Amino acid sequence: MRPTQRLRAALFSAATLAAALISPALSPATAAEPIRIGELNSYKAQAAFLDPYRKGMELALKEINAAGGVIGRPLELVSRDDGGNPGDAVRVATELLTRDKVDLLTGTFLSHVGLAVADLAKRRKVFFLAAEPLTDKLTWADGNRYTFRLRPSTYMQVAMLMPEAVKANRKRWAIVYPNYEYGQSAAETFKRLLKAAQPDVEFVAEQATPLGKIDAGPVAQAIADAKPDAVFNVLFAADLARFVREANTRRALEGTFVVSLLSGEPEYLDPLKEEAPIGWVVTGYPWYAITIPAHQKFLDAYRAAYDDYPRLGSIVGYATIKSLAAGIAKAGSTDTEKLVDAFEGLEVDGPFGPFVYRASDHQATMGAFVGTLAVKHGRGIMLDPVYVDGASVLPSDADVLKLRPAAN
Amino acid sequence: MSVPVLEISALTKHYGGVHALDGVSFSIARGELLALIGPNGAGKSTCFNIINGQLRPDSGWVRLAGRDITGLAPRRIARLGVGRTFQIATVFASMTALENVQMALIAARGQVFGLWSPARRMGREDALALLEQTGMAALAERPAATLAYGDVKRLELAMALAGDPALLLMDEPTAGMSSGERQAMIALVRQLTRARGLAVLFTEHAMDVVFGHADRVVVLARGRLIANGSVEAVQGDPAVRQAYLGGAPSSLSEAP
Amino acid sequence: MSFESLLFQAVNGFASASGLFLVAAGLSIIFGVTRIVNMAHGSFYMLGLYLAVTLAPLLGATFGGALGFWGGILGAALVTAALGALVEVVLLRRIYAAPELYQLLATFALLLIVNDATLYLWGPEDILGPQAPGLSGAVEFLGRRLPEYDIFLALIGPLVLLGLHLLLKRTRFGRLIRAATQDREMVAALGINEALLFTAVFALGTGIAGFGGALQMAREPANLALDLSVLGDAFVVVVVGGMGSIRGAYVAALLVAEVKALCTALGLVEVGGFTFNMSRLTLVAEFLVMAVVLVVRPHGLFGRPQPAQARRGEAEAPLVPLGRTGRLIVLAALVFFAGIPLLGAVASYAPVLALDMVIAALFAASLHLLMGPGGLASFGHAAYFGLGAYGTAYAATVLGLPTPLAFAVGMATAAAGAVLFGWFCVRLEGVYFAMLTLAFAQIVWSIAHQWEEVTGGSNGLFGVWPDPPFDSANGLYLAALGVTVLGLVLIRRLVFAPFGLALRAARDSRLRAEASGIAVEKVRWLAFAIAGTLCGAAGGLFAFAKGSISPEAISVGRSIDGLVMVLLGGVHSLMGPLLGAGGLTLLQDMVMRESPYWRGLLGLIILLIVLLFPSGLAAGLPRKRGAP
Repeated sequence: MRPTQRLRAALFSAATLAAALISPALSPATAAEPIRIGELNSYKAQAAFLDPYRKGMELALKEINAAGGVIGRPLELVSRDDGGNPGDAVRVATELLTRDKVDLLTGTFLSHVGLAVADLAKRRKVFFLAAEPLTDKLTWADGNRYTFRLRPSTYMQVAMLMPEAVKANRKRWAIVYPNYEYGQSAAETFKRLLKAAQPDVEFVAEQATPLGKIDAGPVAQAIADAKPDAVFNVLFAADLARFVREANTRRALEGTFVVSLLSGEPEYLDPLKEEAPIGWVVTGYPWYAITIPAHQKFLDAYRAAYDDYPRLGSIVGYATIKSLAAGIAKAGSTDTEKLVDAFEGLEVDGPFGPFVYRASDHQATMGAFVGTLAVKHGRGIMLDPVYVDGASVLPSDADVLKLRPAAN
Repeated sequence: MSVPVLEISALTKHYGGVHALDGVSFSIARGELLALIGPNGAGKSTCFNIINGQLRPDSGWVRLAGRDITGLAPRRIARLGVGRTFQIATVFASMTALENVQMALIAARGQVFGLWSPARRMGREDALALLEQTGMAALAERPAATLAYGDVKRLELAMALAGDPALLLMDEPTAGMSSGERQAMIALVRQLTRARGLAVLFTEHAMDVVFGHADRVVVLARGRLIANGSVEAVQGDPAVRQAYLGGAPSSLSEAP
Repeated sequence: MSFESLLFQAVNGFASASGLFLVAAGLSIIFGVTRIVNMAHGSFYMLGLYLAVTLAPLLGATFGGALGFWGGILGAALVTAALGALVEVVLLRRIYAAPELYQLLATFALLLIVNDATLYLWGPEDILGPQAPGLSGAVEFLGRRLPEYDIFLALIGPLVLLGLHLLLKRTRFGRLIRAATQDREMVAALGINEALLFTAVFALGTGIAGFGGALQMAREPANLALDLSVLGDAFVVVVVGGMGSIRGAYVAALLVAEVKALCTALGLVEVGGFTFNMSRLTLVAEFLVMAVVLVVRPHGLFGRPQPAQARRGEAEAPLVPLGRTGRLIVLAALVFFAGIPLLGAVASYAPVLALDMVIAALFAASLHLLMGPGGLASFGHAAYFGLGAYGTAYAATVLGLPTPLAFAVGMATAAAGAVLFGWFCVRLEGVYFAMLTLAFAQIVWSIAHQWEEVTGGSNGLFGVWPDPPFDSANGLYLAALGVTVLGLVLIRRLVFAPFGLALRAARDSRLRAEASGIAVEKVRWLAFAIAGTLCGAAGGLFAFAKGSISPEAISVGRSIDGLVMVLLGGVHSLMGPLLGAGGLTLLQDMVMRESPYWRGLLGLIILLIVLLFPSGLAAGLPRKRGAP
């Protein structure tokens, strides 16, 4: 190694170190004028869902600021990638709080990231609105005073499908789910609720597949071999596509009634194109068939802004910002404690109509649509979608008290 | 009569149906320089590797100063006082010559699991002395990776001597050296044998080295011991000529 | 569970095996000849699939569906092969002279870049390709329907195997590949154009990977997670089969696929009143297979023990203490880091970032003890990070122990894991060692992922916050700095002590070390245990720093991060891992802020560093004696 090269190495290291550690010190403190929303999400790890989500947020932001902001102040979004893991997410969240001096935190997609940030919010007493994570623990077992959640939880999504599952009155059920907390807890909830509603039900097969790595042929075959007359599916994304294709070719699910979580969301349905599994009863977002006026307004604005149709992520992003604006307006300030109090029982006008953040468990009652999959013009759609209000499937406030030991 | 430094008895080793070694017995006394020769495939390496512990014999035993060491691990045998050099000299390339010998000393003294005190000072004087004896003192601070091959061989010898061994096993100590280096190397070994009262067992292809310096010669052919005696006796042994050279007597003494 | 359904699942396994084999075969050939651990191999597989789903409809529109489909697959394979050749010529060729494993760094950077480039070109949504024209149906077999495409796949694996076999045995190119696999020097000595051979081999390997990816068009959508998920499988298959054995790769692929199919087929199993869902095992089946195979057969099923040979490349220069200037720099750095809390007044983020850097430094330094002086590259060092973190988190939350005690429990957990796994690992060397460590890490990961009651499952454990005085950002940071500095001092003493000398001796020449009386396996075992324990300390600090811990702390990604840090900094210097750890943490933090394409950007920067400083950043530090 020549001296010049050595010098280069030393200079390079020194400069990088200095730049990174000092630069926060040099960035000027921004004026306290706008309300700074600290948002973090797994943009890189979950790009398919979060790209529309970002657009939804920006649309809401534009609308609110065009109307003069909230409590006389504009909203400013400080958005960061959370690295897709809790370790980086906690650092990024801390950075948003310390360096960017945001007033509150929101975002996250993955359940474990959401839980880690929620725990940070509790410890630092910062307001956190979890946008996407589905885990029940976020509002129940690990729920805390500072954390709220927008999207319907795993439990809610399962409960929404329950009436259809019970109505089908099938005896032999098989379950297929991705092998991590979301899939496990969806499967558990489904079994519990169905058993309660229909005590003679029998669960004949359970396939837990590695997330993103399903061996679809053997899995579809194993389910068919168990001869179920109904299947509950929790698979999504690439796993879903693999499974559907194998099941179709093998006619593994012929004559079998299928209920399926999230499969009606455009993020997961659209890639299947004309192979969308006809007849599955799913939760999802049929943007093409919603008659709610608030949604029509949202749809028009979204299409005008982006020349694209919205995905469920767009709804979540949009409703997140709308929720925050409503909460801040109600609190009349960005003070954390006031904001928490304001969010308890907060009513928000969302794209699916009005919903409430329950005081008991901090869960929003924004619902989802349940419908039956069909194929039209070479793409999957949800037929006869029905909006299920989240409030209708959530346990009572009294029951929730028992589910939230950590928050009491 | 004193116990031989090394005694092997009826060593046998098969590979499949082939006898790599078939009932070989011999011994070495203190101060003796014993050459083990034989044509390729005669079983020299197998014999070496059994003594050294890298191979386990099918039957027979190896005794070191009366103690049975058959089948012990190489490092145990090393610790019992057997130094070894390899046909292709191997040293620790990322260390200086001095550190190489220090390492060998540390290992021989059972200090390998010293976790705190620096090794730099450990056995430094002794290591320098060993380098001096092998003519490497001037190169003590040189990284081993930069040494000439002849120097690596001498460094390896210094390392093999670090354990103050009773027995030195040298697998072709002069392989890959020029003829001048060869003579110097074997003279060095000869002198060390005398000075330290070592027993040295070596294999060698270079017959001038064998016949010029060995005290005694053991000849193997197809796994069997066919001769064991003084240089003169072996040179004159018709069985050796027959087995070793396939009946070309003249070349035995002229072989390079 | 009927016999017929088991038999049918076994037949299914053949189709999956072919897929595995095709990725693994290319990797095996590339490794055999070039000794490059190609982290980007899965990327070529992924690219193959993306190219196929793009080309098939394009060609289909002009030439009809069938020609489009098969033409798309062929085209994808050819394009990936060409890309492979390009990568070899433009990038890898420049760094063959770099120390062992440095190519890993470059190919890792490539993995990041390719993934982001794919995102840029194809967008984030999954793309499902067409089904195979003429093979989209199924045939009746054992009363079940077996997809025709599965039959086709089941046949294509053995066909490619046969083709490769003929290529290797019957052609000059094949003979060269075999010769180079066995002895690289010989090829050079024979006057063969090595550069051209390497390019061709790389193109062949990546082309097969692309072909394998493209063939999946009929079975799965092109998606951005494929590169990493396939990479792990490919390594497992190559190693289980035995490095360099193509036939072994096929047998291993079949073994892995059949074990998975069996787990799936068995489903819910009742043993002694307990119901166990066997399908859950598919999460880690391949790594269980690999651990068992490597413990029983240290060189894989068909691998042969490599003859003891000198290490490749230039020998490392003797390790010498830093010179005066170097010491001053280290002292200055130490003062700077100790003073960071003072900076907190103006830059409150500084201690937060510095905490991550300090933890990363201890993590990387502990790995370096194995990789550098030990010459043992662990691909599963995250296991001990995770054990330390989980041990600490469990002790702090469930057991409610005070912070220092919980931290000690974490270190003890990591130590126990390292002692146990180390005992098996140190029997192996080189890539086999690396892969066994990886297998153990994946097993630990899957336990953390599944053992809901203790580890909190995939969500992990929360509320792991330290007690006062460690509960403030500065308090914890200073404590972490203290622990790390202690750890580093210990490592430094170890390396210059007889033990470190013996560790290096065993790395330089195991034969010589044994002949000198060094108990090589014991020395390595102790090094493994110490490295694991220190890594566990880093993990414990991590748990307290983040307040939570999830299985990600044990993931392959973290193990790779460790490797990247050590290599980036320089494996030949004790300062290397520190520079690498600090540098990577800083870089990642900066690029994550700067660009939505931050992974690709990070990859580019790593690539730049590899090309500018092919021996790592630390090569720039002044020492007592100049490096040769």
